[in-house]
Amino acid sequence: MDKVFISGNHCIAEAAIRAGCRCYFGYPITPQNELGEYMAANMRKNGGIFLQSESETAAINMVIGAASTGARVMTSSSSPGVSLKQEGLSFLAGFEFPAVIVNMMRGGPGLGNIAPAQGDYFQSTRGGGHGDYRTPVLAPASVQELADLTVKAFDLADKYRTPILLMGDGMMGQMKEPVLFPEPVTDLPAKPWALKGRGDGPSRYQASLILDGLAMERHNWKLVRKYKEMAEQETLFELYMMDDADFAVVAYGTTARIAKGAIKRARKDGLKVGLIRPITLFPFPDKILQKVAQQIKNFLVFEMSTGQMVEDVRLALENERVVIDFHGRPGGIIPTPIEFSRVIHRYYRRM
Amino acid sequence: MELINKWPEYHKKDVVSHYCPGCGHGIVHRIVAELLEEMDLGKKAYLVCPAGCAVLAYNYFDFDVIESAHGRGTAIATGAKRANPNLFVISYQGDGDLSAIGTAETIHSANRGENICVIFINNAVYGMTGGQMAPTSLVGQSTMTSPAGRNPEVDGYPLHITDVVAQFPGVVYAERVSVSSPAGVKKTKKAIRNAFETQQEGLGYSIVEILSPCPTNWKMDPVKACKWIDEEMVKEYKPGLLTDKREEKRKEKG
Repeated sequence: MDKVFISGNHCIAEAAIRAGCRCYFGYPITPQNELGEYMAANMRKNGGIFLQSESETAAINMVIGAASTGARVMTSSSSPGVSLKQEGLSFLAGFEFPAVIVNMMRGGPGLGNIAPAQGDYFQSTRGGGHGDYRTPVLAPASVQELADLTVKAFDLADKYRTPILLMGDGMMGQMKEPVLFPEPVTDLPAKPWALKGRGDGPSRYQASLILDGLAMERHNWKLVRKYKEMAEQETLFELYMMDDADFAVVAYGTTARIAKGAIKRARKDGLKVGLIRPITLFPFPDKILQKVAQQIKNFLVFEMSTGQMVEDVRLALENERVVIDFHGRPGGIIPTPIEFSRVIHRYYRRM
Repeated sequence: MELINKWPEYHKKDVVSHYCPGCGHGIVHRIVAELLEEMDLGKKAYLVCPAGCAVLAYNYFDFDVIESAHGRGTAIATGAKRANPNLFVISYQGDGDLSAIGTAETIHSANRGENICVIFINNAVYGMTGGQMAPTSLVGQSTMTSPAGRNPEVDGYPLHITDVVAQFPGVVYAERVSVSSPAGVKKTKKAIRNAFETQQEGLGYSIVEILSPCPTNWKMDPVKACKWIDEEMVKEYKPGLLTDKREEKRKEKG
């Protein structure tokens, strides 16, 4: 297949369909409307399910229903809408149902604005809904990566029986880039746990209610073991110009792209700067940070927020003698490579 | 001699009920299990049980059951039925679940005419949480959160949600019945059978509202609770057929 010039939102939808997603439930919200629109145009004509729900809450519960039958299912939204989905995310985690939830983040809190932001990092990586669980989070930084990670999100969801968050922002969703799509998936994993009617076998039920305290505790620790396994097997990151670097920038998603531009500029000025880009935000790539910290003692975190991922960087490096600085632009402001390169210069000089 | 009163195939045996003495849930569970057997639907049945006393319905039902967050039953039912139309999907809900926290899901699943059956237990009170006022509580009814009786000036009026959805073109069958007497139980079974047929034929949404006793939270004995339904509740919630569009839907479908 040839490369297609496509926007991020359309790309996620196309990649999801190719990944075998046959059900999409969603509610309009900017800046991710094009995703649902693409699904509306392409799902039904291919025999899939597109349903515009009455709310985000209803959409995520429709996801639960479809996931319980074993279908690959997706919903998408943006920050305020993802808040409404948190009830369902908690239930998906409790039920251990696979599903892919897309958040194209915008400025907040409240209605905030519709410009790109990264203020939902805490909500996404800490669980978001009630109860003792986490949601694995994938954070792509290009439209090609949106396609690749959408497919991966479905695979991970099925493999670990967990909801997976695919987290971009308004910029990722609106931006167009050439993409080489993977071939459509034909063999989907078997889901013996799915409810398909008892047939001639024994009846089954799916519940997240576990009234027995010890059984609930066992379930909580089971989820933790799953997350630990994911941390060992599935943690993803990118190293950029890190080979000879003596100063590391840490950034994800859109911010990482801008950071790359800034690093190119700083390199021209002779600064030995590199980038560590977490691709999985949970599990967080703390091992690579710890490894880098054996050589590099100065870290600078860029975020389009007031400082959320920086806490994970601090946690990862809590036993290292390093300096961790932060530069953030919340509120829907998109920083420029020039701005970032100035900030790099400032902290590099202090080193 | 023929055994006429046998244990339903789709109701688990040797289980101790957690429902209070005189509660209506057990009767309705039995009716659902009997009908799934009589109509040969149990093998593909998928029931969504609510947050509420019936959250543990899977302890009794011997077919596939999923549990729902409070109010989201018909959204889960929608997702399951759309994803797998071969399933026979039932959403079993109480009054708080269906007509307070889940009003939006109820209204919109009904308006979309989802091909699902909703079994609506109306006992005019929140049961599991200990007897608080429900949207369906009667004017003057004393509950834990309306101790002086429901006062319409501050608490609003009893909500007739089945009457509301019965007006929608997508709602093919809606009936209000009661399990407060043997005759009412028979009518309830007939109404649920009609609802099940509606889905079986692919005609659309059906809902059966069942006036059901909650002696514990009404602070009455079971006999008095049934009497309260027959004398008080039916004045507000008149049993009867609210809509039956099956014939016209059959014609539409050809």
